[in-house]
Amino acid sequence: MKFLRKYIDSIKPQFKKGGKFEKLSATFDAFETFLFVPDKVTRSGAHIRDSLDMKRLMSVVVMAMLPCLLFGMYNVGYLHYNLTGEAKTFWQIFGFGFLKVFPIVVVSYVSGLAIEFIFAQVRGHEVNEGFLVTGMLIPLVVPVNIPLWMVAVATAFAVIIGKEVFGGTGMNVLNPALTARAFLFFAYPGNMTGDRVWVAGIQGSGMPDTATGATVLGNLLQSVADKETYSAIASKLPGDLDAFLGFVPGSIGETSKLAILIGAFILIYTGVGSWKIIVSTVMGGLVMGWLLNAFSANAYMELPAYRHLLYGGFAFGAVFMATDPVTASQTEKGKWIYGFLIGMLAILIRVVNPAYPEGMMLAILLMNVFAPLIDHYVVEANIKRRLRRLKRAPVKLNNQ
Amino acid sequence: MPQVYKIRKGLNINLKGKAEKIFVKAEMAEHYAVKPSDFHLLVPKLEVKEGDSVKAGSVLFHDKSNPAIKFTSPVSGVVSTINRGERRIIREVVIKSAADQVYEQFPKGDPAGMDREAIVANLLSSGLWPAIRQRPYNIVANPVNTPKSIFISAFDTAPLAPDFDFLIKGSEQDFQAGIDVLCRLTPGKVHINISDEYPASSAFSRAGNAQVNYFRGPHPAGNVGVQIHRIDPVNKGDFVWTVGPQEVIMMGRLFQKGIYDASKVVALTGSEVIKARYYKLIGGACIKSITGNNITEGCQRYISGNVLTGSQIEPVGYLGYYDAQVTVIPEGIESEFLGWAMPGLDKYSLSRTFFSWLAPRREYEVNTNMHGGHRAFVATGVYEKVLPMKIYPMQLFKAIMFEDIDLMEKLGIYEIAEEDVALCEFACPSKTELQALVRRGLDLMIKEMS
Repeated sequence: MKFLRKYIDSIKPQFKKGGKFEKLSATFDAFETFLFVPDKVTRSGAHIRDSLDMKRLMSVVVMAMLPCLLFGMYNVGYLHYNLTGEAKTFWQIFGFGFLKVFPIVVVSYVSGLAIEFIFAQVRGHEVNEGFLVTGMLIPLVVPVNIPLWMVAVATAFAVIIGKEVFGGTGMNVLNPALTARAFLFFAYPGNMTGDRVWVAGIQGSGMPDTATGATVLGNLLQSVADKETYSAIASKLPGDLDAFLGFVPGSIGETSKLAILIGAFILIYTGVGSWKIIVSTVMGGLVMGWLLNAFSANAYMELPAYRHLLYGGFAFGAVFMATDPVTASQTEKGKWIYGFLIGMLAILIRVVNPAYPEGMMLAILLMNVFAPLIDHYVVEANIKRRLRRLKRAPVKLNNQ
Repeated sequence: MPQVYKIRKGLNINLKGKAEKIFVKAEMAEHYAVKPSDFHLLVPKLEVKEGDSVKAGSVLFHDKSNPAIKFTSPVSGVVSTINRGERRIIREVVIKSAADQVYEQFPKGDPAGMDREAIVANLLSSGLWPAIRQRPYNIVANPVNTPKSIFISAFDTAPLAPDFDFLIKGSEQDFQAGIDVLCRLTPGKVHINISDEYPASSAFSRAGNAQVNYFRGPHPAGNVGVQIHRIDPVNKGDFVWTVGPQEVIMMGRLFQKGIYDASKVVALTGSEVIKARYYKLIGGACIKSITGNNITEGCQRYISGNVLTGSQIEPVGYLGYYDAQVTVIPEGIESEFLGWAMPGLDKYSLSRTFFSWLAPRREYEVNTNMHGGHRAFVATGVYEKVLPMKIYPMQLFKAIMFEDIDLMEKLGIYEIAEEDVALCEFACPSKTELQALVRRGLDLMIKEMS
């Protein structure tokens, strides 16, 4: 790698101040630090530093999402051939899904990173690695039949309106990936909901009209609207094992709870994701589920609480979306409250609203907005504690 | 049984190069120096010029804003050079030591029989006063104040830190004499804090005129700021003073023998030291006298103090006033190809993002590389993992960044010092310079409050 290093060192002066490509210094820096961990040494403060940097941190999160991505690819192929009734080998199934999903990933990364680079250039700061995660999250939370141009538009919207207008990485209020999803959800509902978007090929000609690709939650909502009894609904639900393994229609990355659990394990074990948020979100969901069970006013409310965790994007949101350190609550106590409310709200929205089958996205976005308020009260309690201590303190010594 | 304070948050960084418990009597160094930069915010006013001969305890310079605070020579000899930096700021006053040491004579006696003013005056004129630092702000204490208590941390949990129980061997009586001095300075208690994890020297655990507290847990359990926070937190308007154990010993010697004897024990540590040992020397010594040819070849960083809070010095630099440790580690000037993507079996991290967690007991050879570029401030929650105080570090750092004095005060800036956030700085994945930030905040408070 000496050759590469020498080459980079030789072109470096052109990107420095006064150089020919001075304006592209952020781009150069991004590529240089991607290839080589810089040789910069500590100048003030602690002489040694943790080996962990943002690149490593973000790439660990991306790694944690890989099981979801790989399973999502397989599932896309599986559902497609299930629909057409063709028998295929494992690699054919995976290959079909790969060809459907990979372009979405590429479009998301290219459009998002291009904007990140431009902003870094204009503002004269480093390219932040946060988008590595967002760029992977977006493909995992959209249906497979999404047109690619919509992915590009939504990504651009998320990066510009969701993040850069607030000042860039670390300053945004809303989770950028969910901003992208919410944008699509409200701007192009026809491509984000219904029973024709989740399975690749279902819109094609020659498909049986009776073929349905509705998600579990979509079916549930429909059945409840049709005033079916719970036992009738339950017979139509997929088996718990299928729902857990993920062989059901849904957004690309959200279906397999097993893959999500692997991701959760990676996040928690490496110390990158907050286990408090994940645990409290799940607890909130279960508590809300039980509460609804206790009322059982309609068939939906009779759905066992644990099944809520198996369906839809609840698990994916709890592990990968709610834990986003920038938009989550930043105090340790606040994280418990924040996660718990996300869990409760998600299930509440699912069950009691007549329009949207899924509530996770809206619950997280709503709590993103409330997270600073939660933090405010947690920090305020700390301040009050300090003031009380000051009042209790014995008579002041005579000091200047 | 005295109370044991348990510290749960923090991190022990296991580095290569611990000092073996062997005393080596260092040869008398040729040069000694007193560095104004060891005392934050000090503006020195010289009282000597190059060529003047001085005794151990002779005044070299005083504090311009508080002329009573004197800084004295640790050895007798001749003022050889006064090194100046940018804008003629005085960087160090260097003394070429004489073969025979002669001492200035100061009043001696039992502090129990002296009044407080006389004790303070003796500490001031001998040059031992700067050994007393105050919280808030972590600066040299103002002699006109009365502290509500005095804290001595008698164990150090920093990476490769010297073992104070070993340092104190042979100076037990002087230590007690020093405590007897300090207990006259405060109407409150003198706290001696020791580790609960191993039996401490009886000089600490059975010290008279003081309260002994036990601490258990990882670094920064040994930081005096953390101990104050747990035992007697600093409120607005309070002063708590802190003194290091070796400085307590020097105070004891001052009142028993009437001289400023700055001899102390220093641990030479770090992965680049061939034989890491303890050295008996005189404060301010040129470290060449102990590093000699005891350092491996290559580009090294010399640190007076530990790797988290120490100050970088030249290979022929001088020991800092408060330091009991010299660390030598490699400079990390190599850039590593795709380093962030490698498994990283030999990379130390608080997180488990590198596979080094497979070998938890390994001693690491860590260099000075930043391991990444500076990035935007992201609340990853690592600060909260290593700051064992009831303080919200993220929020406090942000308050300092936008210079909100009122909010800084509310969030507890009086209770922290640079060293307390050193681990936050170490762990920060955005590579933010947090010690400098906290110092900026403290300086801002000083300016605002004066």
